Amino acid sequence: MNGVVNWAVHFFMLDEGPLIWLSDFLIGCATIGIIVALTYFKLWKWLWDNWLTTVDHKKIGIMYLIAAVLMLFRGGTDGLLMRAQLSWPNLHFLTADHYDQIFTTHGTIMILFMAMPAIIGFFNVAVPLQIGCRDVAFPYLNAISFWLFFSAALLFNLSFVVGGSPDGGWTSYPPYVENFFDPGPGENYFLVALQITGIGTIATGVNFLITILRMRAPGMTMMRLPMFTWSVFITSIIIVFAFPVLTVALALLLIDRDFGSHFFTVTGGGMPMQYINLFWIWGHPEVYIVILPAFGILSEVVSTFSHKRLFGYSAMVVSMIAIAILSFVVWVHHFFTMGAGPGVNSFFGVSTMAIAIPTGVKVFNWLFTMHKGRVEFTSAMLWAVGFIPNFLIGGLTGVMLAVPPADYQYHNSYFLIAHFHYTLIGGTVFGVFAGIYYWWPKMFGVLLDEKLGRWHFWTFMIGFNICFFPQFFLGFMGMQRRMYTYPAGYGWGIINLISTVGAVLMGVGFLIFVWNVLWSARFGQRDTTGDPWDGRSLEWATTSPAPEYNFAIIPTIKGRDAWWLMKKTGESINGPKGVPFRPIHMPNNSGRPIIMSLFFFIAGGGFIFQWWVLAIIGLLGVLVTMAQRSFEYHDHHYIPVEEIERTEAAAGRL
Amino acid sequence: MSNAHTAVHGDHHPVDPSIPVEYHEEENSLRIAGFWVFLGSDLVLFSCLFATYVVMHGRVAGGPTSQQLFDVTGFTIETIALLFSSFTCGLATYEMRRGNRNAMVTWLFITVALGLVFLGFEIDEFVHNVSIGATMQRSGFLSAFFTLVGTHGCHVTMGTLWMLSVIIQLIRYGITPITARKAFIVSIYWHFLDAVWIFIFTVVYLTGKVV
Repeated sequence: MNGVVNWAVHFFMLDEGPLIWLSDFLIGCATIGIIVALTYFKLWKWLWDNWLTTVDHKKIGIMYLIAAVLMLFRGGTDGLLMRAQLSWPNLHFLTADHYDQIFTTHGTIMILFMAMPAIIGFFNVAVPLQIGCRDVAFPYLNAISFWLFFSAALLFNLSFVVGGSPDGGWTSYPPYVENFFDPGPGENYFLVALQITGIGTIATGVNFLITILRMRAPGMTMMRLPMFTWSVFITSIIIVFAFPVLTVALALLLIDRDFGSHFFTVTGGGMPMQYINLFWIWGHPEVYIVILPAFGILSEVVSTFSHKRLFGYSAMVVSMIAIAILSFVVWVHHFFTMGAGPGVNSFFGVSTMAIAIPTGVKVFNWLFTMHKGRVEFTSAMLWAVGFIPNFLIGGLTGVMLAVPPADYQYHNSYFLIAHFHYTLIGGTVFGVFAGIYYWWPKMFGVLLDEKLGRWHFWTFMIGFNICFFPQFFLGFMGMQRRMYTYPAGYGWGIINLISTVGAVLMGVGFLIFVWNVLWSARFGQRDTTGDPWDGRSLEWATTSPAPEYNFAIIPTIKGRDAWWLMKKTGESINGPKGVPFRPIHMPNNSGRPIIMSLFFFIAGGGFIFQWWVLAIIGLLGVLVTMAQRSFEYHDHHYIPVEEIERTEAAAGRL
Repeated sequence: MSNAHTAVHGDHHPVDPSIPVEYHEEENSLRIAGFWVFLGSDLVLFSCLFATYVVMHGRVAGGPTSQQLFDVTGFTIETIALLFSSFTCGLATYEMRRGNRNAMVTWLFITVALGLVFLGFEIDEFVHNVSIGATMQRSGFLSAFFTLVGTHGCHVTMGTLWMLSVIIQLIRYGITPITARKAFIVSIYWHFLDAVWIFIFTVVYLTGKVV
């Protein structure tokens, strides 16, 4: 009995102090609160029918974005804890162990469970509407992608209170993360959760690649695609070719840890560098996976709010293709100091600098789009305009880091930390916020409040610069990343304090955003036209939110900025009057994706704790659900013409 | 509203005898295209395993080398079985296009059987290796060997299970555009595994026997 209690106390980390108890308490309260609320308002059936089983890209996109905002909160809390720990010399606010776990989960969550679902959320929200089709190519697979991401995120977050979080950094370099140095389930959480979400992401890449290649409305040639859709197309290609590399890197490391093989160990002929190469062959394309869609969002927002067509459309496309190709040949710049030799380092230094050229082309194109435009500074546009200088700082410091001899000075210092936060926050997060303000009315039929939006932007943007700009100097002064605490007398203390103040300000900005969401849901201006920004692409041609089938009749496209052209010539989105509707083929909802992801979750638990029975049950469950799907022949229905007529009449499109 | 470049879920191609049966509905054509893209990503997966294997090949840590370990008879039989199974799988597609359900099912059964022969010899090889102490825990080389060849073996196992499920559906529903599409996709998967095996045969077994 005593043994069981001891095991449970250790397993649930009750011996780890108040931080864990507080988390347990909050998780318990949130879970009970959600269950009680759903039961009290009798919402279980609504939740199941409308959300958990949906295959509708618009709803899946919304769920991705909700998850991304929740994960931004979790990752942001991690960031604030780290900043609190570093705010002054010799602090022991966190223990060293906890600090290591928190910087690891911060990085992992922000990249894989915040940035990825945010951009994939926008893929779902915007792409099918922008190309004039009714859903993605594989709606059922799309639901599987989402639920795999969801169960992986759940698994990863569970590590905080069950068994311990990973502590090897988001890059998880061996040999430190091998069992010999880092026993326990922590690293397994990292490996298994990323593996599961990675499978979902590959499926998303395949899905959107085929959607954009094959599902475009008639007349929507590739060179008429909205720029966001172009960015998704390129990103999908990168996903399809980069994510399998991550799959392999994670799998090999997991085999090392679970089954005692010798891929990356220091004994038995292992080769730790092989992991580092594989990781970054995925890892560098990955940063373009999260930035290219942000570029796409920016192109949409800048063009819409300058009320001009995008400047240099073909140059934008060519530069994205160039970035995609170059992204696969720069990975060694993440470890110039690991002794690859001058020839190799020079090649990768030059290829890295070359990326600045297409990126510069894009920045100039946005500027020229605004030039002589009728620029309207809405919240979305503020984020887009804020993106340009902030991302520029990130990009230019990136070129500094790409110079191998100089990199020996900056490598793994706070200079690097500041650099990638300028690209990932100043780039991806600003882009995502621009997208949220821009597409919010299309998703929910409500506009976010502009005044609160401005407060959100300025607080967050100023806080961000106060937080990260000083870190460039900390890097020059010798402060290394992942440092738990530091002695007084280096002159780092006051700069770190300033940085922490900035981080708190970013937190305030986030809270203003949450307040804006809540306030606007209740009092926000309703979007009755479906086109609140005088938009240019097809998603603004339909109601907000769009009907289940998106378009009653698939529109015929006559040029770029399709909806803008239709408005100019006074055409209806449903084409000439009197064309009869036809019943619309729609995929059925299915509960299987969420059940399948539950089995992935169970199998994941098995691999994390090496409980093989659980792993076998989980994998068998996955196989059985796949087989069931194979035998499912009645997986679609038709929306009758009367219902389409009713919906279209209500939208005033008859 | 559909033209050659546009797919709308639920649209039917006019049944044109020159178009193979598996492409008869837009939905099917989409899925076949999607599966080709998936195979592209699977190819990247195998490339990484190959790269790792090549890096690890000499890192035997005092354990058995590839020259000592590989058995020519075994991997030759495996290769012949798998190559023949690809041929019989192609014959099944041929019969599918001619509308001969029974011949098609027979060829698919033969394909599965050859796949099982392949798997049997592979399992036998693995068991033998383990029995002489050449486990994946022994050295970096053996870790990479078991993982690369084992991943291919897992793919083949999945392929046989999948093909059996397609056979059941063919028996139950006959050759329809849907079952034809399913059979076509599992067959390109099978050919893909055969192509990967040719690389394993060359890079792992032939090279490993010489170097």
